[in-house]
Amino acid sequence: MATARTLFEKIWDSHLVDQQPDATALIYIDRHLVHEVTSPQAFEGLRNAGRKVRRPDATLAVPDHNVPTSDRSKGIADETSRIQVETLEKNCREFGVQLFGMNDVRQGIVHVIGPEQGFTLPGTTIVCGDSHTSTHGAFGALAFGIGTSEVEHVLATQTLLQKRPKTMRINVVGDLPVGCTAKDVILAIIGQIGTAGGTGYVVEYAGDVIRGLSMEGRMTICNMSIEAGARAGLIAPDEKTFAYLKGRPMAPKGAAWEAAVSYWKTLPSDEGATYDKEVVLDAAEIEPQVTWGTSPQDVVGVTGRVPDPKAVKDAERRASIERSLQYMGLEPNTPIEEVRIDKVFIGSCTNGRIEDLRVIAGLVKGKKVAQSVEAMIVPGSGLVKHQAEEEGLDVVFKEAGFDWREAGCSMCLGMNPDQLKPGERCASTSNRNFEGRQGKGGRTHLVSPAMAAAAALTGRLADVRKLA
Amino acid sequence: MQAFTTLTGVAAPLPMINVDTDKIIPAKWLKTIKRTGLGVALFESMRYNEDGSEKPDFVLNKEPYRNAEILIAGDNFGCGSSREHAPWALLDFGIRCVIAPSFADIFYNNCFKNGILPIVLPQDEIDALMREAEQAQNPTFTIDLEKKEIVRPTGNAPIHFELDPHSRKCLLEGLDDIGQTLERAAAIGTFEGGQRRDQPWLYREA
Repeated sequence: MATARTLFEKIWDSHLVDQQPDATALIYIDRHLVHEVTSPQAFEGLRNAGRKVRRPDATLAVPDHNVPTSDRSKGIADETSRIQVETLEKNCREFGVQLFGMNDVRQGIVHVIGPEQGFTLPGTTIVCGDSHTSTHGAFGALAFGIGTSEVEHVLATQTLLQKRPKTMRINVVGDLPVGCTAKDVILAIIGQIGTAGGTGYVVEYAGDVIRGLSMEGRMTICNMSIEAGARAGLIAPDEKTFAYLKGRPMAPKGAAWEAAVSYWKTLPSDEGATYDKEVVLDAAEIEPQVTWGTSPQDVVGVTGRVPDPKAVKDAERRASIERSLQYMGLEPNTPIEEVRIDKVFIGSCTNGRIEDLRVIAGLVKGKKVAQSVEAMIVPGSGLVKHQAEEEGLDVVFKEAGFDWREAGCSMCLGMNPDQLKPGERCASTSNRNFEGRQGKGGRTHLVSPAMAAAAALTGRLADVRKLA
Repeated sequence: MQAFTTLTGVAAPLPMINVDTDKIIPAKWLKTIKRTGLGVALFESMRYNEDGSEKPDFVLNKEPYRNAEILIAGDNFGCGSSREHAPWALLDFGIRCVIAPSFADIFYNNCFKNGILPIVLPQDEIDALMREAEQAQNPTFTIDLEKKEIVRPTGNAPIHFELDPHSRKCLLEGLDDIGQTLERAAAIGTFEGGQRRDQPWLYREA
């Protein structure tokens, strides 16, 4: 009998082009997503060396980080941003790469449009010059972020030199309590294993809670794998995966679809396959999560309090907490629910999909955003925006006082004009609460979309379960 | 890529854990279409005041660390975004070696593509080097990649470090990855032939 293999091992083995004696593997890359920020130097490198893009048909480009989320009819006001987006357009024309331009309805965050178009497929290897490429692992694809030099390498050769990562399985068992979502699960996981807990590993998420999640929820989980240090997260493909992909523009059709599905069904980890590390998380113990510090591992349940550095023995960790609290403008032991906020950001590759917007609409319908709060919703793609408008969600949002915007990365990283001002405090559905991430001096609290809605309505980090 | 054989230079101590790539180089600097010129923005928020003046307490604003070529830092250095602008900024500042107890994976890989040597050492050795970098009269260290050794300013025994053979060879010889891979174009072509047969749906214009 063949050795039992994990999902990761099946994908890895089937993409080995060449194995060198020093254990470096040359692996084939099936799908390459490209955006404007991490690609200009890579295309320039190709041009200087007289090289071509090896597989334009396996490459898809979209501007997302720099694009304005307000009126786009006048183009991009910031000159450097405009040059970067125009450079992407020029490079795509020159090298024959398909591009969804800024005014294409299919434009959006690269990790939202890949799945949306059926470009993301199970069993494939997917890379992008962006750490949140881990998102695509929700489809049972080995997907990870790379640097610009590696972007150039993939453009030129369709391969990457890699060392085989270790494997970790995180089993999420028990019943997820009401009011808790995929975002709370992944934040709780990061809180448990730490921001470097997954370094060197590919994480496979398993267990009933994961199986019970929608594809959107699974993407949220895999998206934040990198916040636990893991370059890639994986979830075994199943009927939900196939149902999501069927009929998508770039997904296989007809006989090819049938053949693909029968192959994809062979991908889940075999019974008895082993992992280098196993972690178990009891979902029943999770409550809605909120970050209080400047690392995604600085997380606590909403009924908890800001930690007291005095209670921490390790000197380096204590210094780190003190620095975080100073930056965040928080006093030790403050109840989380008493922390007032100025802004709400809903969007990003973590939580900018249609399901997220539906949850929020359900919570805010007929209510008003607190007077003191500015709340913005940035759909993950033009098609998500279109879908939301078809369903009338935009009307619900606008009536409640939300700012309803165009698709892009927006305030997740503040490369476009959507930024926090120094000292402003934001409840955000994004993925990173690093110092200055959402704008210099800005203070980010990572939460689920439901919790972001509760924050918008109450003006504080409120418990969504107590929302009247 | 510039080869890395030995490096003798001042080491700057940065005893912080989880130094993320947003901290190394904030997003507003990622709008460039070049690889160079980012050194001025390295560690921007820690290094400069609002008005652009230097924060005198930050290590790279102090002598002799202004000319540091080596950085000693805490756990999980380079976590977060995949931006290669982080190693580009370090390199442009003049730093060609970072020593830490651990690195985030993407940052670690990105270093090698730019001739920067990331060295992983146990915490106790980091602590010792950190002290020497802070206290030595002349905190100049020599990194010898051939011998895999760090020669210390205090005359204490050199510290040995490990590095996988492939990365070491590429740094020592300043090898271009793409050029090497293209030498295996035949193997890539063979792989594609097999995959196109077995999974034709992966070839959109097939």
